[in-house]
Amino acid sequence: MNRESLAELSGVKKRYGAINALDGFDLEVRPGELLAVLGPNGAGKSTAISLLLGLREPDAGTARLFRKSPLQIEVRRRIGVMMQEVTLAGELKVREHIELIASYYPEPLAIEEVLRLTNTTALADRPYGKLSGGQKRQAQFALAMCGKPALLFLDEPTVGLDIQARTVMWAALRQLIHDGCSIVLTTHYLEEAEALADRVVVIAKGKAVTSGTVAEMRAIVGRKHITCSTSLAPNIVAAWPGVQSVNRDRERLEITASDADAVVRRLVESAADFSGLEVRSAGLAEAFTELTQTHTDQEVAS
Amino acid sequence: MSATSLPISNVGAASMEMSSAKLWRAYATEIKFECLRAMRAPAFSIPFLLLPIVLYVLFGVLLAGNMSHGDPTVAKIMFVNWAVFGVMGPGMFGFGMFVATEREQGLMTLKRALPMPYGANLMAKLVMTTLFALIVVLTLIAAAVAIGHPGLSVSQYFGITLLDVAGSLPFGAIGLFIGTRASGKSAPAFANLAYLPFMHLGGLFYPLPKSVQPLEFISPAFYLDKLGLWLVGAPNMDRLANNIGPSSHGGPLLYATVLVTITTLFTAMSIRRLARVG
Repeated sequence: MNRESLAELSGVKKRYGAINALDGFDLEVRPGELLAVLGPNGAGKSTAISLLLGLREPDAGTARLFRKSPLQIEVRRRIGVMMQEVTLAGELKVREHIELIASYYPEPLAIEEVLRLTNTTALADRPYGKLSGGQKRQAQFALAMCGKPALLFLDEPTVGLDIQARTVMWAALRQLIHDGCSIVLTTHYLEEAEALADRVVVIAKGKAVTSGTVAEMRAIVGRKHITCSTSLAPNIVAAWPGVQSVNRDRERLEITASDADAVVRRLVESAADFSGLEVRSAGLAEAFTELTQTHTDQEVAS
Repeated sequence: MSATSLPISNVGAASMEMSSAKLWRAYATEIKFECLRAMRAPAFSIPFLLLPIVLYVLFGVLLAGNMSHGDPTVAKIMFVNWAVFGVMGPGMFGFGMFVATEREQGLMTLKRALPMPYGANLMAKLVMTTLFALIVVLTLIAAAVAIGHPGLSVSQYFGITLLDVAGSLPFGAIGLFIGTRASGKSAPAFANLAYLPFMHLGGLFYPLPKSVQPLEFISPAFYLDKLGLWLVGAPNMDRLANNIGPSSHGGPLLYATVLVTITTLFTAMSIRRLARVG
């Protein structure tokens, strides 16, 4: 067991009947980092989190929180949790929900402080049941951080948030990290992992496919996107070496390539008219799709 | 977003022990908000706080008083019976509905992941349902003293209060059992499926026909009612209808034992289920 890790899964296996939710999965959360766990639905993300929270016990392997069993209430006093599908009592006001959850912790933040930091002061005296979907997520985020946790588990925290609310939450997360909190975040919004994560773990079919920094992940995949306005036919470009796919969006051609330099050279040599040339690294979305795809293909092949 | 630093320094350094004062405060906070939430839920508070007193005054005092020409024994029976009816609802539905809903909505799971003190949510529900039961009994006593004239002594009112507040527990245990198995939507239906026969077979509203009488033993309300009638020295409806005095067979100890057994059994099964499945 690494002395430095705040939470760790090592070699965990978990089956639900015939389904192998986790099949020898390792995960480590280090101090002060934001770790994003990415994976398609059913990959085992939620199972991994529930093992770390002590909601389930692994069939094999170990789950540790602060080097202890997550079943111990003392270690859970150092964590905050925001789950994906939770409905809180609609009759209680946001302020009252915070007061309740904060009472579970030895040294919680003051309620006004929590409201201010999560930008929920305006919601404080409204019944939870009357909030919009996005406002409910904001309130749940306030509950997750009210106990002044050292480690925060956030399951898809920004689902349903408008752009402004999401920006506020991102800022709060960055501030938390800055102040020494560690965060484990699962998300479908890949730009969220790109914007926030120090490290990314990609999980597919119950196994960690890869992990590393966002930059490392992109490097692993190494795909580039090239777009430009041109009259060239997509089927011609598709035949060029290094081109993986071509799409036409009105007058713009969108090319995905493993070797962008070769494609650009070819574009210039082709003497076709083109304008507004843009080359960029593939987003994490593409990297992620590719990684899980490759993993699945390998499994099929083996 | 504020640029102020979050006061999350000494992360991991702070002691994670809760002083017993803080622990008690956590339990008290859980209880406070459970009660507040139940009071604010009209589907719960209106039927279970208002209905008993309205029905008691209407049927127990006015109708039964008229029909019996103010017979004090009938007035006693009516008071005891409606008090039993009054404490059944909060127990069965307070646990049944809320536990099922919270399980379905993931709140039970969230609280298991959070450092909620052991059993705080169930304890809060227990206090909430007994508080509701207490309010119901006290309002019935107020109505009885004001207009019902059952002629009970202060100690008898006190005894009935204690008995019926404690008597809400077996119903709470059955409600909890339903809540740990049913979904949020089906829980009220299942609770009614038990509540209605319990009510009618308890012999609370009318003398049961002879053919149905053997079934009254399955209703916890029957035993609680018998205990209440024993406290005030009145026969139950069946015996009153047949002009025979208070029951000689069975005794308060037997009735109490049955109720304690029901409470223990259903609570144990529910807690086992919650620990395993959540």
